[in-house]
Amino acid sequence: MSSDIHSSAPRTPAPPQTPAPPQASRLDTTEHAAATPDTELPWAELGLKEDEYARVREILGRRPTGAELAMYSVMWSEHCSYKSSKAHLRQFGEKAPHSDALLVGIGENAGVVDIGQGYAVTFKVESHNHPSYVEPYQGAATGVGGIVRDIIAMGARPVAVVDPLRFGAPEHPDTRRVVSGVVAGIGGYGNCLGLPNIGGEVVFDSCYQGNPLVNAGAIGVMRHEDIHLAKAAGTGNKVILYGARTGGDGIGGASILASETFEDSSGKPAKRPAVQVGDPFQEKLLIECTLEAFAERLVVGIQDLGAAGLSCATSELASNGSGGMRVELDDVPLRDSTLSPEEILMSESQERMCAVVEPSKVERFLAICEKWDVTATVVGEVTDGDRLEIYWHGEKIVDVDPRTVAHEGPVYQRPYARPSWQDALQADDAGKLPRPVDGKELREQVLRLVASPNQADKSWITSQYDHLVQGNTVLAQREDAGMIRVDEETNLGVALATDGNGRYAKLDPYTGAQLALSEAYRNVAATGAEPLAITDCLNFGSPEDPDVMWQFVEAIRGLADGCRQLGTPVTGGNVSLYNQTGETAVHPTPVVGVLGVIDDVTRRTPIAFAQEGQLLYLLGDTREELGGSAWSQVVHDHLGGMPPAVDLERERLLGEILVSASRDGMIDAAHDLSDGGLVQAVVESCLKGGKGARLVVPDGIDPFVLLFSESQGRAVVAVPRSEEVRFNDMCGARGLPVTRIGVVDGEEVELQGQFSIPLSELRTAHRETIPALFG
Amino acid sequence: MARVVVDVMLKPEILDPQGQAVQRALPRLGFEGIADVRQGKRFELEVEGPVDDAALARINELAETFLANTVIEDFTVRVEELEEETATA
Repeated sequence: MSSDIHSSAPRTPAPPQTPAPPQASRLDTTEHAAATPDTELPWAELGLKEDEYARVREILGRRPTGAELAMYSVMWSEHCSYKSSKAHLRQFGEKAPHSDALLVGIGENAGVVDIGQGYAVTFKVESHNHPSYVEPYQGAATGVGGIVRDIIAMGARPVAVVDPLRFGAPEHPDTRRVVSGVVAGIGGYGNCLGLPNIGGEVVFDSCYQGNPLVNAGAIGVMRHEDIHLAKAAGTGNKVILYGARTGGDGIGGASILASETFEDSSGKPAKRPAVQVGDPFQEKLLIECTLEAFAERLVVGIQDLGAAGLSCATSELASNGSGGMRVELDDVPLRDSTLSPEEILMSESQERMCAVVEPSKVERFLAICEKWDVTATVVGEVTDGDRLEIYWHGEKIVDVDPRTVAHEGPVYQRPYARPSWQDALQADDAGKLPRPVDGKELREQVLRLVASPNQADKSWITSQYDHLVQGNTVLAQREDAGMIRVDEETNLGVALATDGNGRYAKLDPYTGAQLALSEAYRNVAATGAEPLAITDCLNFGSPEDPDVMWQFVEAIRGLADGCRQLGTPVTGGNVSLYNQTGETAVHPTPVVGVLGVIDDVTRRTPIAFAQEGQLLYLLGDTREELGGSAWSQVVHDHLGGMPPAVDLERERLLGEILVSASRDGMIDAAHDLSDGGLVQAVVESCLKGGKGARLVVPDGIDPFVLLFSESQGRAVVAVPRSEEVRFNDMCGARGLPVTRIGVVDGEEVELQGQFSIPLSELRTAHRETIPALFG
Repeated sequence: MARVVVDVMLKPEILDPQGQAVQRALPRLGFEGIADVRQGKRFELEVEGPVDDAALARINELAETFLANTVIEDFTVRVEELEEETATA
């Protein structure tokens, strides 16, 4: 089946565009650079703007060397410097709610949260969108590898991964190439690493046709005392590069692949697609080797090598520490001996890490690396100055203040303005779309909804991932959130859900971001876990487009406000910009991951309606809210109006009820209501449990609205008859509206007086769509 | 009738985990002196009819679009005459 991924239309890569030394015969040392101020450097080709290059010259007081230019260009790229987003991301810190659970906040490789019993959890979601379009298998695989290294750099053992994915229109011929490759890549890498894949999403929309969103998340667990931060302190400490050898892969990937579109519409040759190939077995060794070194307290500071490779690792480690750093580039183990120093600094070869180790512990560190068959080399040391100095063949080719490379890059206040089309889009109310007139039409639309690619069962995809390896998976795909047992004695566990609805966010980015937060929060609470903290992956188009920038600013404002209200701090995350094809941006797609803690995983609440006779209750209020709904997309191919209203206080109340009900054994199943509305949730829960449901339409509500509205703050729960009074009393006492809507029964899903559909018919409709498209 | 051989190799700058695994295994098994190993794929296509320019163009196209993933791989196409076929020709 992997042949599918090779059937891509060929791309003709342009010749490599790495910065050649200005005079090939002569090494471009700092001394040489100072003596030849007028030498032209390819700063524009490396993605720097004219004023940015001028700023580099100003910082250095001379022209940069080729190697310095390489470092500044990758580190000042959008991907590494967050130059368009930084000014707005500050809100996550400024508006952060106080949380005792937050042990490490934004700015480190990943945030760390206290989950009790001495355990801490680190989790993060990152994007690998552009690489996954160029080469879906390797792009997705190295996305998993990158996020896992972020987790181990914090000193945590990775325990699970999740993958929120967005693809183009399901019937488009290129979608098959991307889906097959991405899914195989995630499975290939994650399965080889032995990490369960416990959640994520798969969404199709033509706006992602030329720009799929491949986000990868990971969770790691550690003891409190094992948290490690990325810094290089202590003069004389050694800098050790370990893991894979450095090759020519991914050169310029950070600045070129992630920041600009790679097909130039003006007819200039395309920039070189810098494809990195992952090696999960090497990464597995890296995990074990790193954790063993941590356990023996051998490491002062550590950094994984991701985008911008050594440029990033050395400048960040040095600027987070107190002193400077001196690096001998000749000592970097190479896969390709012809690499120039600029290329070595820019290479994005995978499965590498950089550690700072006290001299007396170097021998032991290297011995551990040897035991795990991991190449490790001392490449430099921490100095007492404040300069990052890099040498090649004994000559100095880099002499910079590392802070100017890593932290003091350009910050842009990009202009933004509410798009001129926003009002018209919001005025195009989905409420005026023709609705089903009778039970027969309702029935037909229910079947269409559950069979539509976005609402259909995704087992064909998720079954390619190992979700049970390690033996601690409590809940995985098709449940509301993934859940992992952390302690086998006490049954302490964590849950993680990721959500994001680009259609909602397109209609109103502020609300859309809060809806992503609401849904992920609700999903976690529905499993019985208490939401603690969030991570985000913000996927948007070009920040140079004021329309897109407005969407981005609004979404951040919405998310920061929402987190403050819910008391869930943002622990870290990732921004991915330039997600667009030509002039057309993807829907603004903020993906939010909410982490929750559960003191006893044996009380988790599944979605399955499995016990006949149990009562079905709808929690929350149902209003007529159809803007951006799955129904409007599936039946009318429509996107317009306002997204559902957000009520975060209600979400919090609903969450408390769901957690209490789980703790006190009042409910046997719960499913949050989101896209597709009540009917989607009921069908999924019935199919999962293999039991039907008889539903009645409560007084005062239209059957169509009951089934398809996407009002927030709702869940459907199955209550054993013995708990009915207690459950009702609890909801009543706390002021949560609750409506009895039916009972688990039979082999059909029936809406009284309207229609009934046999489970077998629903199962066929729900499960056959994805295999038919991609199988 | 002729055989056309398509060799597909990862591009030189692309990491080859399989080749590296082989290389690491060699000294363990007592085979010294091998500096690098790259592993590729070989396709043997038995062609109906003459291998003329048109046929080769077609094979180049199928190699480029299907046999090789040209984002990360290079390929070469060469004709290998089959002995019995040349005898009867």
